[in-house]
Amino acid sequence: MNSIEIRDLALRFGQTTVLNNLDLDIGEGEFLVLLGSSGCGKSTLLNCIAGLLDISEGQIFINNKNVTWEEPKDRGIGMVFQSYALYPQMTVYGNLAFGLKNAGIPKEEIEKRIAKAADMLQIEPFLQRKPAALSGGQRQRVAIGRALVRDVDVFLFDEPLSNLDAKLRTELRVEIKQLHQRLGNTMIYVTHDQIEAMTLADRIAIMKGGKIQQLDTPANIYNRPQNKYVAGFIGSPSMNFIKGTVSEGKPPVFRSGEVEIPLSGYEFASQPIGETPVWFGIRPEHVVHGDAAADAPFKTTVKVDVFEPMGSDTQVWSKIADQTFRFRIDGRVQIANGDVIEVGFDPHCASLFNLESELRL
Amino acid sequence: MLKEPKGPRPRKVIAPGRIMLYTALAFAALYYALPLYVMLVTSLKGMPEIRMGNIFAPPMEVTFAPWIKAWDSACTGLYCEGLKVGFWNSVKITVPSVIASIAIASINGYALVNWRFKGSEVFFGILIFGSFIPYQVMLYPLVIITREMGIFGSLWAVIFIHTIFGMPLLTLIFRNYFAALPQELFKAARVDGSGFWGIYWKVLLPMSTPIFVVAVILQVTGIWNDFLFGIVFAGVKNFPMTVQLNNIVNTTMGVKEYNVNMAATILTASVPLVIYFLSGRYFVRGIAAGAVKG
Ligand SMILES: Nc1ncnc2c1ncn2[C@@H]1O[C@H](COP(=O)(O)OP(=O)(O)OP(=O)(O)O)[C@@H](O)[C@H]1O
Ligand SMILES: [Mg+2]
Repeated sequence: MNSIEIRDLALRFGQTTVLNNLDLDIGEGEFLVLLGSSGCGKSTLLNCIAGLLDISEGQIFINNKNVTWEEPKDRGIGMVFQSYALYPQMTVYGNLAFGLKNAGIPKEEIEKRIAKAADMLQIEPFLQRKPAALSGGQRQRVAIGRALVRDVDVFLFDEPLSNLDAKLRTELRVEIKQLHQRLGNTMIYVTHDQIEAMTLADRIAIMKGGKIQQLDTPANIYNRPQNKYVAGFIGSPSMNFIKGTVSEGKPPVFRSGEVEIPLSGYEFASQPIGETPVWFGIRPEHVVHGDAAADAPFKTTVKVDVFEPMGSDTQVWSKIADQTFRFRIDGRVQIANGDVIEVGFDPHCASLFNLESELRL
Repeated sequence: MLKEPKGPRPRKVIAPGRIMLYTALAFAALYYALPLYVMLVTSLKGMPEIRMGNIFAPPMEVTFAPWIKAWDSACTGLYCEGLKVGFWNSVKITVPSVIASIAIASINGYALVNWRFKGSEVFFGILIFGSFIPYQVMLYPLVIITREMGIFGSLWAVIFIHTIFGMPLLTLIFRNYFAALPQELFKAARVDGSGFWGIYWKVLLPMSTPIFVVAVILQVTGIWNDFLFGIVFAGVKNFPMTVQLNNIVNTTMGVKEYNVNMAATILTASVPLVIYFLSGRYFVRGIAAGAVKG
């Protein structure tokens, strides 16, 4: 059963179209992450689902109920904002109770729910404080608590951790994951942090220019990106792209200048016919060197142009067929500029994209 | 041996710049305080003492008679009942006008920021344009309008006019203040099930004390000091304090009672003064808050 269904959604601000023809199904209890660069319409989509923006076209269903024209409070959602958006003149208790009072819930019930949420989020010690007297992490917990006490089936998070420092982020990320496991609610989580997306999501929707580029499990997004944008967006450092052609054969072969890579083990969506111009993509972390390279299905030698030691490993910049090629080697290996290194990789891990359409082959 | 710089930086006790600054400030203070001083001492003297000249001398014999006369029995045109009538008229004008104009303008500003409707920008533009038109131009049309409404020559006419004329500036102030508040707060309140009024009362108002104080000060001083609308629209029985003060001071009959005039002036000016003293702190804070954020 689907918890949220979005049908043919469009949203325009005057002349600017932010979302167009958008369809999305989210299963019950699923943790969906909306990932994309700044300005691609993630917050806009979330606000549409919440009912905070009037949509231009399409329909939205939550729990099989058409909520397209419903007020935010009647949609059965709880929302957590990037800036926390706590009411500054109310105590933490007041913040949590506000929505419940508006809904006319009896006092004992309010107290019970707040006690439960406060216990779960460990915010009991400051229930009587104002938000100004809380740290960033505590505020964020209160903001989550405010969504929690509403006792709804769907949680919407708009970059809830992006105002926090790296350490706290990691901590709260785990807390959110645990919370989801305990509650089993449907969650939609907006972020532009890949790590958050990969670690939290059941499925990730990668957005660009108001369109969903790929909706898939983190593993599939990482291993089998459906187009070049997704491939380049996910992974850090990002994927190497080498321009060339792929030609029919058994196995098919990728060529770029002098370089020839036989594509044995690559799972083609459809076998290439004739010669097709393509992008060949390989992730830096899938490139091996030294002894491992000797066993790799494909191997070649490259010259070190620049190297960046990062402690645990070193990022090396070099060239294959005159195109930038990055990979990582063990941080303990001593190298110098101009060194020639033997590297190799398995074409099974590679991704091929049509040069024009940039879609996966 | 030279002492290495360490710890707090030593301050020069009297820097030349400081001397200049304090001298200038002292003169400025004197310049503004002197007239007030003269008024105060004059109002406490009897007429014989005033006639001796020497306006800076403190009173040899302190008398409160001029104050009592100004308040209770000075002649303001046809009536000789003192300023108290005008005082109460001014109160009856100021209190409702201040409340009405601030209430309406704050709701306007709130709606303009958070509940945009088609043409809300145009509406706002017209409102702002309105603040550039000099009042005098609209005086005659307003006389006709209030006459048609049947309130000309009553306190209601003056209240009505003050409320209208407060709109442009106040709406601008409130709109800018509300626009600077985080929009997500407003969204959160909607998710929490607050409607138009719920958000206004429970979320917006508690956060906006400084700007309301600013608005109160602006409106109280503006309306209390108004002369033109009072004299045109109120009708003889309802003249506000400023108009009565003018009548006392500019009377052509009998001797000029300087002490009574001074006392009457101080009495009239005291209301805005008290407001400033009570809320000056908020005033500065509110203006600055709006300036930095808006
Ligand atoms: N009121 C508006 N009028 C016109 N365009 C708008 C309006 N609000 C947002 N947009 C545009 O819609 C696009 C999507 O905005 P949105 O806030 O959804 O981005 P986002 O994906 O959440 O980005 P970020 O990661 O920076 O938060 C942006 O290009 C933005 O300029
Ligand atoms: Mg956003």
